[in-house]
Amino acid sequence: MANIKLTNLNKSYGAVQILKDVNLDITSGEFIVFVGPSGCGKSTLLRSICGLEAITSGTLEIDNAVVNEVPPSKRGIAMVFQSYALYPHMSVYENIGFALENQGLDRATIKEKVGKVAELLQLTPYLTRLPKALSGGQRQRVAIGRAIVRGAKVFLFDEPLSNLDAALRVQTRMEIAKLKRSMPNTTMIYVTHDQVEAMTLADRIVVLQAGKIEQVGSPMQLYDTPANTFVAGFIGSPKMNLITGAPAAAHKAHTLGVRPEHFSISGTKGEIAGSVEYVEVLGSDSFLYVSTPHGLLTVREEGKTSFKPGDKAHVSPVAAQTHRFGEDGQRLA
Amino acid sequence: MLDRIKLEPSRFALHIAVFIIVALWTLPTLGILVSSLRDKNQIAVSGWWTALSTSEQRDQARLKGKAGQVEKDGAFTISGNLFEGAGNTAVISAWGTNINKSGANAAGSTADIGDGVMLTVNADGTYAMTSPKAFEDERGRRVFYVSSVPPRFTTENYETVLFSEGIGRSFVNSLTVTIPATIIPILIAAFAAYALAWMKLPGRGFIIAVIVGLLVVPLQMSLIPLLKLYNSTGFLSKTYLGIWLAHTGFGLPFAIYLLRSYIAGLPKDLIESAQVDGANDFKIFRRIILPLSFPALASFAIFQFLWVWNDLLVAMVFLGSEEDKKVLTFQLNSLLGSRGGNWEILTASAFITIIVPLVVFFSLQRYFVRGLLAGSVKGG
Repeated sequence: MANIKLTNLNKSYGAVQILKDVNLDITSGEFIVFVGPSGCGKSTLLRSICGLEAITSGTLEIDNAVVNEVPPSKRGIAMVFQSYALYPHMSVYENIGFALENQGLDRATIKEKVGKVAELLQLTPYLTRLPKALSGGQRQRVAIGRAIVRGAKVFLFDEPLSNLDAALRVQTRMEIAKLKRSMPNTTMIYVTHDQVEAMTLADRIVVLQAGKIEQVGSPMQLYDTPANTFVAGFIGSPKMNLITGAPAAAHKAHTLGVRPEHFSISGTKGEIAGSVEYVEVLGSDSFLYVSTPHGLLTVREEGKTSFKPGDKAHVSPVAAQTHRFGEDGQRLA
Repeated sequence: MLDRIKLEPSRFALHIAVFIIVALWTLPTLGILVSSLRDKNQIAVSGWWTALSTSEQRDQARLKGKAGQVEKDGAFTISGNLFEGAGNTAVISAWGTNINKSGANAAGSTADIGDGVMLTVNADGTYAMTSPKAFEDERGRRVFYVSSVPPRFTTENYETVLFSEGIGRSFVNSLTVTIPATIIPILIAAFAAYALAWMKLPGRGFIIAVIVGLLVVPLQMSLIPLLKLYNSTGFLSKTYLGIWLAHTGFGLPFAIYLLRSYIAGLPKDLIESAQVDGANDFKIFRRIILPLSFPALASFAIFQFLWVWNDLLVAMVFLGSEEDKKVLTFQLNSLLGSRGGNWEILTASAFITIIVPLVVFFSLQRYFVRGLLAGSVKGG
């Protein structure tokens, strides 16, 4: 049970400002994902909440208490590091129990608590092993176990899946979602650059760019009503088409955003004329890359497509599925 | 398969170089060991590499004089053994009555040595000299012989140096100096290295720069000021505590430098994770840093141990030359002066001196190699 409130939070290294006036309210039990391109400050923001980085100005509150100066271990948080940061010379049991040992608990209590967590994460057979004798997924579970055992109110994840291979990543992603469901009162903050993880896990996504929050909202809010061209281009795969010039002016916008699935394509007539440059057929859907005077547009077609590279094509945005942005990149009502 | 057999030129050169280094290092050591176990008379006449083969000695002995003659059937005979009372196991191969012809007659043969005197010398040293006239010389004749001596190994040399040449006492002194002079700097340096690598403190960079600067300060420069300081305190001069502190001071810059670069290379995540887990700096140091820095600690321990063990200068200056405080190097140096000709004493002493570094090196060498690489290669 912990809500987190960031007010005008700034962080700079010397003259370089990493975080600029970050304001964010996280309610208890939420799953928040920080997403953004590398170097946007998302990891720094997470580390500031953790207490590993000092805040330059502004306040950070956990449970309505300002914790700017409180050391990490007293904030009631747990952190899962990108590298897992397992202690290589300690067994799985010692790794999980280390935090309890620091709290000065007696051996019997530690044994009981570690046992429970190991049971939960199916780590019981591996308790005596050293981290180097574990697979990637098992190490990941030990790292999560270390967080769980402390009974922290807030879990922080710093790109926890980036070291895993693709198959394991999907599986571990589901396990984290399951973990969150089993701990509805625990607030979780998750940093990633992978928008699929963001879309699938988050209650709310925080999109960051260059140290500033671009938009906060549920995955579907971000998908349906991106606040600006950056969020529009960042959320969704393949990327939203952002068209400027005459076709945008026709819709009374500086920039017109159309998702690939919101184009209709025809060989004979349509708003924007061009030619098919390249076709990707995936079976369930096909992606056509259409070269037009306004840039290369990506168009998604359901199932297979009859277009071949070199074919003339006309594409038209589906009405009411367009996003209009002004000259400053902000969304127009 | 052929690829594997074919040696790259650079690898081949490396193998040759390693072989030469090993040979240069091992052969003299083996020589010292073998010599120190040989009989002192044999060391004087042949090299250590002949230790296993029978050696040839040229020697002389005097026969008995006229008092030993026995008359029988009108002939006078003197008989006896050349090795009488010596308990020798040598075997005579040839003999003669002139120093230039010591190999003139084979063992067991009889020769006319003038005036009708016949002399027979057997391989085991027994001889018989007969003459038709009575022998008149008070002193017996001299016989020169060539004998072969079987190899003989002994631990006598070690007993001598350990118990009567003061090496045993010095060995204990050297250990008394070296062990604390190795442990104290490690303890201090490990703490300093952690603080300088991971704790935020003002002027950290400056302190590190000063320590690196101290690495190049010659030890000799500080001898006199330190000695004056010690003499003014009184309780430090010529004491073990004094030399421990001196070695600690001389070793610390390198220790801190080596350990800091290793500890700074440990993954940052580990230390942060421990912080989040609620460990304080001391606990992080004890439970995370120390166990993970063991290779670096061991490699510094070897460096410091060998340096202190082999040190002569600091020991002479700070511990003095009293007999009961002489360290091994000092004692060895004294022996070179007083017993310079006695190789059996010198080789045995030398081997006792190098045995401890050898044991230390071989027991810690796997950490040594890792620790040396540790500073340069991340995650080594």
